[in-house]
Parts: sequence; structure tokens; C-alpha cells
Amino acid sequence: MEGMGRFIIRRLVGMAAVLFVISILVFLIFNVIPNSDPAQRIGGKNANPELIARINEDWGFNDPLPQQYVSTMKKVFTGDLVSYQNQRNVSDQIEKGIPVTFSLCIGAGIIWLLLGIVFGYLSAVKAGQATDRSLTILALIGISLPVFWLGLVLQYYIGNKLGLFPIGDYVKFTEDPLQWVNHLILPWFTLAVLFIGFYSRVLRSNMLDVMDEDYVRTARAKGLSERQVRLKHVLRNSLIPVITLFGLDFGAVIGGGAILTETVYNLPGVGQYAGQSVASLDLPPLIGITMFGAFFIVFFNTIVDIVYAYLDPRIRLGAQAA
Amino acid sequence: MPPAGAMPTGEPPLPVGDDVEMIEGRSPWYLAYIRLRRNKVALAFGALFIVIVLFCLAAPLWSHLVAHTGPNQNHLTEKIDIGGKETFVVAPNGIPIGPGLHAKFLLGADDNGRDVMVRLMYGGRTSIYIGVMAAFITTFFAVAIGLIAGYYRGWTDSVLSRVLDVIWAFPVLLLGIALGTALSVGGLKIGPLEIAGNSLWIPIIIIGFVYVPYMARPIRGEVLALREKEFVEAAIAQGKGPIRVMFSELLPNLISTIIVFFTLNIANNMLLEAALSFLGAGVRPPNSSWGTMIEEGSDRIVTAPHLTLVPVLMIVLTVLALNVFGDGLRDALNPKAKIRMEH
Repeated sequence: MEGMGRFIIRRLVGMAAVLFVISILVFLIFNVIPNSDPAQRIGGKNANPELIARINEDWGFNDPLPQQYVSTMKKVFTGDLVSYQNQRNVSDQIEKGIPVTFSLCIGAGIIWLLLGIVFGYLSAVKAGQATDRSLTILALIGISLPVFWLGLVLQYYIGNKLGLFPIGDYVKFTEDPLQWVNHLILPWFTLAVLFIGFYSRVLRSNMLDVMDEDYVRTARAKGLSERQVRLKHVLRNSLIPVITLFGLDFGAVIGGGAILTETVYNLPGVGQYAGQSVASLDLPPLIGITMFGAFFIVFFNTIVDIVYAYLDPRIRLGAQAA
Repeated sequence: MPPAGAMPTGEPPLPVGDDVEMIEGRSPWYLAYIRLRRNKVALAFGALFIVIVLFCLAAPLWSHLVAHTGPNQNHLTEKIDIGGKETFVVAPNGIPIGPGLHAKFLLGADDNGRDVMVRLMYGGRTSIYIGVMAAFITTFFAVAIGLIAGYYRGWTDSVLSRVLDVIWAFPVLLLGIALGTALSVGGLKIGPLEIAGNSLWIPIIIIGFVYVPYMARPIRGEVLALREKEFVEAAIAQGKGPIRVMFSELLPNLISTIIVFFTLNIANNMLLEAALSFLGAGVRPPNSSWGTMIEEGSDRIVTAPHLTLVPVLMIVLTVLALNVFGDGLRDALNPKAKIRMEH
């Protein structure tokens, strides 16, 4: 592939640059904006001036900002960042949360992609009819629902009242795959609803556009059945933007979009950790989690770009020329 | 094709007399209006949004004339008369009364014996206010960045686009929480401007800020395309400066996109406000919003479901109204456009 290697290198360098700038911003957000003394918070309410002075010394709060930035980032990368609140290691906590967050996001991702495609396809095929109208209304309601409330309601009515699924808690896949699914079904759907609404809308409008294309008319003229035309020609070509969106949204969900779902369902993932750190105004975990989230978003953005460049030579050659 | 301006032969004679209707000139705005007028569903939802706004604006009226209580007034130990029976506003087991046909506590009371109806109306003012104000902030910066990046192109565009990339790379909710937490600790100080940690302007600024790239990117794209058009070239050739070109040539062509984005943006802002407030990084006491109401009621979702159901219903209705109306606006203003507002 001509220029592919160079394109990938360019994108990876760009990714590193964006992450570097983000790290500075995150540091500034947490160390410059708050008008508060972190030493005071670590020391507690009754800390005497000597203790405060010692904490300031130990944690390096007296150092100039650039030096503090370097030492904070060093800690992020070596995994030595610890919480102000309970002195727990941030990387350990994030690591513990990763399997939960991935279980939640991958399952939800599969559900929203599949249902989004099915509903979008039905909507486009039946455009203007009752099926399309009701699906459109459902999609718009799905987009308008606050995720956390949906979680609470599903938990209460389906989990509690009907007793169909266990509520909250997380069972490791390696321990018991069936229980893993059982515990995650409600969270999966809760997280997926918003995206199902979105993707079906996007796919519907893409399909309606593609249906007007010449090659679709050609396919019909060739004598293909309507079903074949729709599935092989219209749907296939309409899926490309949906898959792109999926790459971006999936990165965003792993990188922090699942906070609400995890908090509501009491799933001990990275998002719940973020929620707890917010509640206790604990800044170091938030630095770590924000960097973690930004990494995944940038990473998936880059992957989508690279896949696109692979599929479309104009992009990588254009980038080379620029 | 006949050359432009050539008179086709065999043209029907010009209509003569008073009873003949003249062909009216129709501006694009008029055409859009006609298209929108035909979309009854969109209009109905647009009207619904106005009704909701009026409902919230009427909060003081309801509070003073009907309910005779304020949004933060406790009636924890009081009793009211329901169907001739004296009932505790909050039962001894902690469960507040539900909705019923009584002027006071029309939608029931909350844990602290506060009137849910009154709180709903006042909370709605906060939620809608935040949604609209944040939308103004987003729109202002997105249009400014889009215009400058798209007009100057080259390195200006590169720098601005990278800045947008960086904001884009933050998870919206996480960035919102991070800023909300950081700012609420000690408020915000920019020069002489000082905002208290519990001010409504903290969530407004945060929400306005995080959505800027989502709007600036498509606007920049549109400006880049417009920049190539002949009328822009003509304006520059006439000696118009960059500011004049941006405001009198480019901006008018962006208005329809901006209007649609603005409408959909308000809906997204309100959802983000609810999410931030639910996580404790949004609206802070003594202010309250629909988001904080849901948060407060979430502990009682089993014993007093009206506490969350009522504000959620309002959020869903408002956001749905804006989404459907925005959808209709887009179809009316720009039938071919594909504008997507991200969450």
C-alpha cells in the first residue's frame, strides 16, 4: 500500500502530540483552577501548620508548576499516582476497573450496533409508513432519555419488581460466564438505548440517500430482487459512516461515557471510580482517569482514520501532499 | 441549452387585467417557513417547548397564588387536609405524600416536605436557563472559531483545528465532571471576574465549553466550502476586509445551520446538565434544577417514584420537543443538509 506506513506514523505522532497537550490541560485544570490548598485537604480539618508544611514538602506542592507537572506525569506513567483522600494507588484502581468497563462497553456496543442497524434498515425500507413513524418516535425518545434515570427505572421495575435480572454487582466472566451475562444485561441495554436511537436515525438517512444512486438503479435493472438490492447494495454502502461513528463512539464510551451506567448499577468499573472521586473531590484519580479516557478516545479516532486511509487512497496521499 | 437570458420563443402572452395574480418573489426564508408550516408534528413540538417555558416562567405566580409556598420551604412536620383527612406531609416512616388534587403539593412533596410542583417550576427555570445560556456560549465560540479557521485557512486553521481536536479528545462527561469538581472547590477567577463555586455560571460555562468542537467543526467545514464561492471572491476583489467578508458574506449563509444547531444544542445541554447534577458536579445548592431533583429523588425511587418521575418526564418532554422541532427546522431550512449533534 503506497504511503500507508508514512500515514500511520504521521497519525501516531499526531496522537502523541494531542495526548501531550491534553496532559498539560488536565494538569492545569486540576492544579491551577481550584482555589484550594491540597495540603489542607490531605491533612484534614485539624491539621496544624507544621503538618501542612510537611505535607506541602512531601507532596511537592511548593515546587514550581512545571516541575509539579513533570513529577505528576511521571507518576501517571510509572503508576505511582495516589489519591489525596485515602492514599490508594490510582493505577491499581483503574486496572481493577478495566475488565468491568470493557465488559460493559463491548456488550453494549454489540447491542447498539446490531439493533441500530436493524431498526435503521426497517425505518428506511418502510420510509413514511407507520413502522417508520413509530420507530422514529421511539428513536427520538431514546435519544431524549436521561441514561441514569433509565438505569434506575429498569433496575427497579425489571430487576426488582419482575425479578428477571439481578441488580447491580459484577460477576467476573472467568468465574461464571452465565452470571456475567445475567448481571450485565440491564446495564448493556441502558447504555445502548441512546446509541440505538442515533444509529438507526443515521442509517435511515444514509440509506435513503443511497437509494437514489445510479448503481442502485443499475442493480435493479440487472434484475436483482428488491431484497438483494437492499441488502447487498444499499445497506452495505450505507454502513460505512455508521461503522466510523461506531469507532468514535466506542472509544468515547470506554473513555468515560459509561460513568452514569456504572454509577447507577454499582459496577466497579473505571467510570464508577470517577464518580466516587468526584463525590469526594479527589483530584489525582480524576487526573489519571481523564488521561485514561482521553487515551482511548484519541486511540479509536486514530484507528478510524487509519482504516479510512486504508480504504480510501485519496486520504493518505492527500495527507502526504499537505 | 439556450444561452442565459435568451427569450424562449412562443412565450405565453403576459397576463393583463386586475384579476390576474402576480407571481410573488419568495425568499429562501419564506420558502423555509412554508416547508416548516407544513410539518405539523415539528410545529406541535415547537409549541410544546414554548408551553414548557411559559410553565416554568409562571413559577412565582403558582408559588404565591396557588401553592403559597416557596421552592425551598420545608413543611416537614406539617399536616395537610386531604379528602377531609389530616395527613402528614411526610409520613413518620419518611415517605412523603404523592400527587393529588390539592393546590398545595399538587405533585406531592419530597423528603424534606417541599412542594414538588413549585420546585419543578423553579427547577425548570434553572435547567432551561442553563441549556439556553450554554447554547449561546457554544454558538458564539463555535461560529467565531469556524469563521476564522475557515476564512484564513493555512496555519490558522491548523492551529484552531488541533485545539478543537484536543477538546474533542476529552470524554464530554468526564471533562464536565472534572471541570465541575475543580471549579466548585474554589470558584472561578479570571481577572476581575469572580464566580462563586455554587454559581449557576459554573455549569453554564462548562457545558458551553465542552460542546464547542461538536459545533465548530461542521461550521468550519461549511465556511471552507463557502470560501471557494464566487461571491466571496467578488467581495474580496471589491476590497472588503476579512471582518466585512466574514460578517456580511459568510455569516448570513451560515444562519440556517446555526439556528438548527442552536436548537439541538439546547436539548443536549439540558441532558448534560441533568447528568452532571446527578453526579454532583453540576448545579449546587441552594440552586436546584430538574437534574438535582432526580438526584435527590433517586433514593426514593421505590417508595416515592413521583420524585424522579415528574422531573424526568419534564426533561424528556423538553428535550424531545427541541429534538423534533430542530429536526423539522433542519428539513425546512436545508432539506439536503446532514447535521448531526453528538452527545
